[in-house]
Amino acid sequence: MLKTFSLGGIHPAENKLSASSAIQVLPIPETVSIPISQHIGAPATPIVKKNDEVKVGQLIAKSSGFVSANIHSSVSGTVFKVDEIMDASGFRKTSIIIKVDGDKWMETIDRSEDLVKEISASKEEIIKKIAEAGIVGLGGATFPAHVKLSVPPGKTAEVLIINAVECEPYLTSDHRVMLEKGDEVLVGTQILMKALGVDRAIVGIENNKPDAIAHLTKLAVNYQGIEICPLKTQYPQGGEKQLISAIIKREIPSGALPIEVGAVVQNVGSALAVYEAIQKNKPLFERVATITGKSLKNPSNWRFRIGTPVKDLIDAAGGLPEDTGKIIGGGPMMGKALTTVDVPLTKGSSGLLLLPREEAARKESKPCIRCGKCVSVCPMGLEPFLLMVLADKKEYDRLESDAVMDCIECGSCSFTCPANRPLLDYIRLGKGKVGQIMRSRK
Amino acid sequence: MNTKVLVAPSPHVHSGDSIQKNMYGVVFAMLPALVFSFVYFGMGAIIVTLTAVASCYLFEFLISKYLLKKVPTITDGSALITGILLAFNVPANLPIWIILIGALVAIGIGKMTFGGLGNNVFNPALVGRVFLLISFPVQMTSWPKPLGFDTAYFDAQTGATPLALIKEGLKKGEPLSQLMHDVPSNMDLLMGNMGGSMGEVAGIALLLGLAYMLFKKIISWHIPVAVLGTVAVFSGILHMSNPEAYAGPLFHLLTGGLLLGAIFMATDYVTSPMSNKGMIIYGIGIGLLTVIIRVFGAYPEGVSFAILIMNAFVPLINVYVKPKRFGEKRK
Repeated sequence: MLKTFSLGGIHPAENKLSASSAIQVLPIPETVSIPISQHIGAPATPIVKKNDEVKVGQLIAKSSGFVSANIHSSVSGTVFKVDEIMDASGFRKTSIIIKVDGDKWMETIDRSEDLVKEISASKEEIIKKIAEAGIVGLGGATFPAHVKLSVPPGKTAEVLIINAVECEPYLTSDHRVMLEKGDEVLVGTQILMKALGVDRAIVGIENNKPDAIAHLTKLAVNYQGIEICPLKTQYPQGGEKQLISAIIKREIPSGALPIEVGAVVQNVGSALAVYEAIQKNKPLFERVATITGKSLKNPSNWRFRIGTPVKDLIDAAGGLPEDTGKIIGGGPMMGKALTTVDVPLTKGSSGLLLLPREEAARKESKPCIRCGKCVSVCPMGLEPFLLMVLADKKEYDRLESDAVMDCIECGSCSFTCPANRPLLDYIRLGKGKVGQIMRSRK
Repeated sequence: MNTKVLVAPSPHVHSGDSIQKNMYGVVFAMLPALVFSFVYFGMGAIIVTLTAVASCYLFEFLISKYLLKKVPTITDGSALITGILLAFNVPANLPIWIILIGALVAIGIGKMTFGGLGNNVFNPALVGRVFLLISFPVQMTSWPKPLGFDTAYFDAQTGATPLALIKEGLKKGEPLSQLMHDVPSNMDLLMGNMGGSMGEVAGIALLLGLAYMLFKKIISWHIPVAVLGTVAVFSGILHMSNPEAYAGPLFHLLTGGLLLGAIFMATDYVTSPMSNKGMIIYGIGIGLLTVIIRVFGAYPEGVSFAILIMNAFVPLINVYVKPKRFGEKRK
């Protein structure tokens, strides 16, 4: 029996259309728009102004707190302006817009492809450098990586878990990274182990990626303390709590962080970024994303410079299909629908999914038949049918006591509901309101 | 970009499951039992089924359209299930006018008064069945013998159910071992060769339906297993305490409406609990009540009453029995 998490879960159609497409390099655009808020936490503070010359990898916005992240230029050229533009969320956000001129990199960056296995940096240097490089969780949550590595006093990290699950249907960027940058990922993992002071790391990979499991298992022999753990394919296994439950059979208590059970989770893409930051002195200004969809000419994986317009990625894969009904930043389960293709790709862009029109529209919502399927698929052991009603009736006290804040918004309930009820929509509303009430109480 | 795109919160994909798929899945699972009833009771079974189904559809349509004044939603398949289950729960020679009353009570009182599908507290088919049982006790308990197409709809040869046989005999003080000679063999009970309601006799066909519903994940195992397990254990304990006064577990499992109830009626989505733990408590309750009514009550059979009584507890179970939450400390 393959391992998986303790409660609920679903198995949506995997649709990994781009799994066999090797990572290609997306051409550098003429202009990039780099938002100063691409992470969870305080937006960075711009330190460049109009007409400044910048190089690839140069710091252009500085982290403005502990939970915040540096932003680096992904191109060389001239700062055109620092202005508010619409980002993927649909809101206007401050961004640094740079006109590209050539591709001049900072001299400090080692651009060679040679694998550097020797880790010379100390524990403190590693954490400091990861923070400087602006590395955030690349699975999509974009939580600053150095915060997770700074273990609070009184707690000890026992094990590092590398999230290589990629449980979202369609997305394949992590899969390709493992196949093409396996050694780099494993060195990055060892760097993270050193930063945490742990001697054990487990890479969790779902068994729908047998080639990645085989490849990393073969490589891992050369890296002390790293185990590869194949997992049963089950959504939402990439959720931090679910992944820890699957691999080390410990459940994080409600409201607590992974460190409570001695675990720290980092994404496999983040491990690669850590390798590049520490061994190659390269900050986070490019990453890999999947562009996919059933009607798309060429579902594929691309390494892009942060700030490249979404449109460029679509064009590289053969252009926007005629029947596109929804453009999703991320995967189909947790991704965000975009209003336009003129928004920039950011650190959190793990993929772009173009859904055909007939799949995009929701079906009519019917009365709840109380089948209980939402309860049985909920990975947090909640009662989505009840939370929906409570949110609708504005019963915020009961929403709180029925643990609405535990909801990880994975969407398994809405996905499963035979009556097509918009369960998660209502739960999100309720969560927002209960969160407000809880904060105002403090 | 000229294409108009939709913007909505996640998730952006759906399993494709629907109310219809589940309802017709249940109907498909009932087909083996339906076929068996046609084979055993011939014309009578066909007449009863057609009448029950047609009248359930008709009453639901009329009530939604003219009383509730909303667009009738009869295509969801739930009226079909209620119709077939009502037919399954009555003798195959029941007069048409009684079936019509049963359907009116099932759909009208059992379902539509509460607001239609999803809102009813009690299993509609059972509401209809129990109403008929109390109002027309004679017609509802004259069971035609399963003689195949020889079974006449009118003036059918009737006989007692094995449960009634035992109950009457024990009341007269006859020892159980003596009475068991008059009861069909376990094999006959499993195959349905006994007197009883139209759809309840063929245990093997009902079990086939259960297997299909479990395989298709239409229902989970919790309710049927809890009901049947409790009946087996409880009746087993009684049997061991006094084999001459209490029939054994196998007899209880295979006779009367227990399999039909545990598989198709206790598992009704709307009237059963939402969480797995709740389903088990509900199932155990049905099992206990069934044996208590059968052994100690006035009626020879108690499955219908047991399910209806436990239906009433479902809202309470849903409030007090919560699913195990992630990260909750185990006691």
